[in-house]
Amino acid sequence: MQKSIQKYFALFALPGLVCFAIAFLIPMVMGVVLSFFKFTTVTDGTFIGLENYRRIFINNDFTSALWFTVKFTIVSVITINLGAFTLAMLLTRGIKGTNAFRTIFFMPNLIGGIVLGWIWQVIINGVLLPKGVTIVSDPKYGFWGLVVLMNWQNIGYMMVIYIAGIQNISHDLIEAAQIDGAGKVTMLRSVILPSIMPSITICSFLTLTNGFKLFDQNLALTAGDPGKQTEMLALNIFNTFYGRSGFEGVGQAKAVLFTILVAFIALTQLRLTRSKEVEA
Amino acid sequence: MKKTLLITLLIVSLAMSSVLFAAGTKEAAVAKEVYFLNFKPEIADVYETKIAPAFEKETGIKLKVVTAASGTYAQTLKSEIAKSNPPVIFQTNGPIGLADSKNYTADLKNTEFYKILSDKSMALGDGDKVLAIPYAVEGYGIIYNDAIMRKYFALPNKAVSIKSADEITNFATLKAVVEDMTKNKSALGIQGVFASTSLAAGNQWRWQTHLVNVPLYFEMRDANIAMGSKVPEIKFTYSANMKNIWDLYLKNSSTAVGLLGSKSVDDSMAEFALGQVAMVQNGNWGAGQILGVKGNKVADSDIKFMPIYTGVPGEEKYGLNIGTENYLCINSNVSAEQQKMADQFLTWLFASETGKQFVKNDLMFITPFNTFKDNELPTDPLAKDVIRWMNKPGVTSIPWAFSMIPSEEWKNQFGAALAEYSVGRKSWAEVEKVAVDAWKTEFKLTN
Repeated sequence: MQKSIQKYFALFALPGLVCFAIAFLIPMVMGVVLSFFKFTTVTDGTFIGLENYRRIFINNDFTSALWFTVKFTIVSVITINLGAFTLAMLLTRGIKGTNAFRTIFFMPNLIGGIVLGWIWQVIINGVLLPKGVTIVSDPKYGFWGLVVLMNWQNIGYMMVIYIAGIQNISHDLIEAAQIDGAGKVTMLRSVILPSIMPSITICSFLTLTNGFKLFDQNLALTAGDPGKQTEMLALNIFNTFYGRSGFEGVGQAKAVLFTILVAFIALTQLRLTRSKEVEA
Repeated sequence: MKKTLLITLLIVSLAMSSVLFAAGTKEAAVAKEVYFLNFKPEIADVYETKIAPAFEKETGIKLKVVTAASGTYAQTLKSEIAKSNPPVIFQTNGPIGLADSKNYTADLKNTEFYKILSDKSMALGDGDKVLAIPYAVEGYGIIYNDAIMRKYFALPNKAVSIKSADEITNFATLKAVVEDMTKNKSALGIQGVFASTSLAAGNQWRWQTHLVNVPLYFEMRDANIAMGSKVPEIKFTYSANMKNIWDLYLKNSSTAVGLLGSKSVDDSMAEFALGQVAMVQNGNWGAGQILGVKGNKVADSDIKFMPIYTGVPGEEKYGLNIGTENYLCINSNVSAEQQKMADQFLTWLFASETGKQFVKNDLMFITPFNTFKDNELPTDPLAKDVIRWMNKPGVTSIPWAFSMIPSEEWKNQFGAALAEYSVGRKSWAEVEKVAVDAWKTEFKLTN
């Protein structure tokens, strides 16, 4: 039996491999290769070595987008996780209508980013109307608009993960802590938080990478206005590739750097939080 | 070890086979179809619902029309052209756009379509080759609603001595009239003199391309630079004139300055069509957006043009901004048969009786083709007024100097600077600096 599975391994793995190759591997390899070429259509180009990488830094578009993205990600990771955890704590206490609340908080996650962006653009412009300005009048409106949007969209999802974590804490453990005289703060710090470390790992990983990769919300909410000051990395790459003729290769090079950066940050973060996980 | 080798082999063979498949589909492209990537969203309907069915009925060739969303033509073309069934007919906006698509433009010298072009020098080429043929001459300026203007000139308390909008021939008069009209807004029943200065993303072209043309042209004129030349840097000598008109637009608009960031060109045109404003800066292509608006309150005979006055000495002698940014190209990477069908379609559209009716009544183009007789010129009020201005004695049209702008990026940066100036986050001196500096860097990058 074991042997025949090994024999037909290739055949069974084929459909999956085909999909993986077409949707991921081939574009990925092509993308890296193209970043060393000057091209207008992806099928013909001339090799120019590292020129594209040099041209990324001819102006500070990329670095300012990177800085904006970092600021946004830090703020949104903190607010989303705090918000989601607080909601999860509230909704695991057996309040009446818990399920209804959970569903309602989760629902924004089902709406696509572009639609959300438009909805929030209208809401925020409405809120700013008495001041006689719009969301693109000042980059700080765009920044906080994005933070609010991401919170609204992601808190519900992260909440579900935290709820699962909290519900998994063994009852004996809590009871034992209570008998030992643990107060609310001690309970939270020494029992709950260590026990839900896996959930924290997942949630912070998700929010971190989501923050870095944010694209549709950014496009629909501000499209980088005013003057690219709310342009995040992914949008900057898109605009470089499609918006500037002759800069396709530069966009590609930015995308390669972006991939490396996101992978590096996510892996570091994963290692850091993993080390804090405990076996309950 | 063996396993990894097997997987590697699999992946490589997959990669190879995908190349084979890609090559295969190219051969098997749909036979009787012409794919046209349309540039103008405002007339996309006409192509889809009227022209395509009529063309198919008369020739049996299907016309596939795809329209790029406003402000995204270059990127749509870029991704469409790389597909296995790429556009056969596409548009380019002038020498700079053409340079970008040179790798896949066919030589049109022997086409029927080129033969009907009246002035062959209008076509764009590369050496001996003819690569792009213009299909519409357009003009823009300030469109005004003469009914509101007459109402203003009939006011007993008006502050100016002139009696009709025809007498506005320079910036000083325009400014006096506009500012006095703003004072009498309620008596005139309007919300503002100018329609919203649209600054939403993708809606800044009326300013960063069209309005800036006026100061750019006068600068080129003074420096004796021929239209279409490569200009490594500008001084923006007429920057103060641009500021004149820009401030006038912002201060006498129907929308508060801070809210302009959410306004689109469509909004502005609708305001004009509904009679809420007296003036809007746009071109004859906007006719459909005025006449087609539901509840349109402007009579055809009241829609008129006046040139954009900015306070340049001697501007009385200059008319509308007239030129073309609309050239058609045929993709050289498609089969010869498809290229021939594309030629057949274009010739049909601009030379056959059926096609010409569409061009005149629905597309409303002022065409540069010899197949159109005088009585076949478009009948919409704006096109008629463009023709009137073109033939007006003692007035020279301002050509489209903006085709010399080094890149789209320059327009974007300049547009963003204008938007920031409008909300008070940049001074005019900074806007000027952006225009001059970005021109220099963009020219270096693109040449």
